Amino acid sequence: MTMWEKMYLPAIAKGMSITFGHMFKKKPTVNYPEKSRPFSTVFRGLHVLNRDEQGRERCTACGLCAVACPAEAITMEAAERLPGEENLYREEKYAAKYEINMLRCIFCGLCEEACPKDAIYLSETFAPANYTRKGFIYGKEELLIPDPVTQPEEFEKARGAHAPRA
Amino acid sequence: MHPLLLTMDWALLIEKAVLILIIISVSLLIAMYETYAERKVAAFMQDRRGPNRAGPFGLLQPLADGLKLFMKEEIIPTSSSRMLFVLGPGLAMLTAMMTSAVVPWSSHFHFFGRDISLQIADINIGILYIFGVVSMGVYGIMIGGWASNNKFSLMAAIRGASQIISYELAMGLSIIALLMIAGSLSLKTIVEQQQAGQYYVLLQPLGFLIFLVCAFAECNRTPFDLSEADSELNMGFHQEYSSMKLGFYLFAEYINVFISSAVMSTLYWGGYDIPFVNDAVLGQHIGQNPLAGLQALSLFLKIVIFIFFFMWVRWTVPRFRYDQLMKLGWKILIPLALINMVVTGFILLLQQNHWHF
Repeated sequence: MTMWEKMYLPAIAKGMSITFGHMFKKKPTVNYPEKSRPFSTVFRGLHVLNRDEQGRERCTACGLCAVACPAEAITMEAAERLPGEENLYREEKYAAKYEINMLRCIFCGLCEEACPKDAIYLSETFAPANYTRKGFIYGKEELLIPDPVTQPEEFEKARGAHAPRA
Repeated sequence: MHPLLLTMDWALLIEKAVLILIIISVSLLIAMYETYAERKVAAFMQDRRGPNRAGPFGLLQPLADGLKLFMKEEIIPTSSSRMLFVLGPGLAMLTAMMTSAVVPWSSHFHFFGRDISLQIADINIGILYIFGVVSMGVYGIMIGGWASNNKFSLMAAIRGASQIISYELAMGLSIIALLMIAGSLSLKTIVEQQQAGQYYVLLQPLGFLIFLVCAFAECNRTPFDLSEADSELNMGFHQEYSSMKLGFYLFAEYINVFISSAVMSTLYWGGYDIPFVNDAVLGQHIGQNPLAGLQALSLFLKIVIFIFFFMWVRWTVPRFRYDQLMKLGWKILIPLALINMVVTGFILLLQQNHWHF
């Protein structure tokens, strides 16, 4: 090393000028809850149980999503549609209880591919944090999309960009 | 009334007590916000943002940190020596605070017909007192390492202690050259001389550099933080400490940084003197009290710049290995300080002899 290099001080001064310069550069940090970083169009987030244009639930409790799920996260109980409920459910069989355990779900999207009725799809949101394991078992109220006939704005907001355009 | 109570100078006692309270609270407050500043400065130099969630711009973050430290469990290992374990952090904090007693924070205020000087103790051996207290700081580290009953803490404490005593020597030697010029050990006299003449950094640049490097080593601050090497040696001599005892060690380090910056500004950069301004003339224009306030402010500004400098160097220079550290302290800095002393003495004698040989 030359005499100039052996003193270390010039090298330290040069390093310090670089560090100082970094203070004024633009930061790549994204202020998360206020802004979020853009995701790709095939991002798989939380599940949404779909309805059709007249507000009837599409899901018929056929169980194909539960069979397709590799983590066995979906459970359901079927029920028969009574004569006065034609505006609530599309077909004669519907899911009275539909639960997805978000702790088991691996967000693979196989349930979305397996569903024959376009009733379940994965949207763009994350699963938020929770204090108990029980809070992570999402029932029908959390999964079902709002009714497009009675609550059109919430429906549009909850639909997201990933909904199947039938 | 008891005759002793009547003959005591109550006004002086109250004045000094209030001053001590104010200076201690200011030191603690500054040490608290130094933790915040460290994280923010580190973040900005690393292209990120730093804490900005607790309060506006993250300004309440030190409160959150302090609360976290308070709420942790106080663990005292059963195989440690209980009294020494509790004594270690206390000693570190004590020596860190005691140094602030001789630093002149401003010139005098004029309240209630008295001249109140903002220096707790204007003893005429100010610098020697500072060095004595800093030497006592070694005890805090050694006791902490020994009382942990942990081989690795002990090794780290020994390395830390040997580092501090090595760099104390170079620090003392570099100050001797300054004393030759100033002629007095009292810090107030040194500041007054700098007010009248030039700042000593212009007369003693090498001495300032040596003192700066030694101050880094005394505060156990990167690049000299072998004894607490945050990522290797897992935490060094304060590994076994939790909650407020650990808080005391960390706080004592930050107060040491604050006090080292204060001493450096006082010795070399003019202390409370406002740069480029004639203080006496300004004092006649705006009055003594506002002048003292402005002077205290200018000292704080210099201290803040030095604290920023400490943090700037921390995030730039990589850590020294132990043998490199010892070589720097003994084989490079001490000869340099001695050369500085000899050259200063030579020039002073020439000056006294009116530049004849």
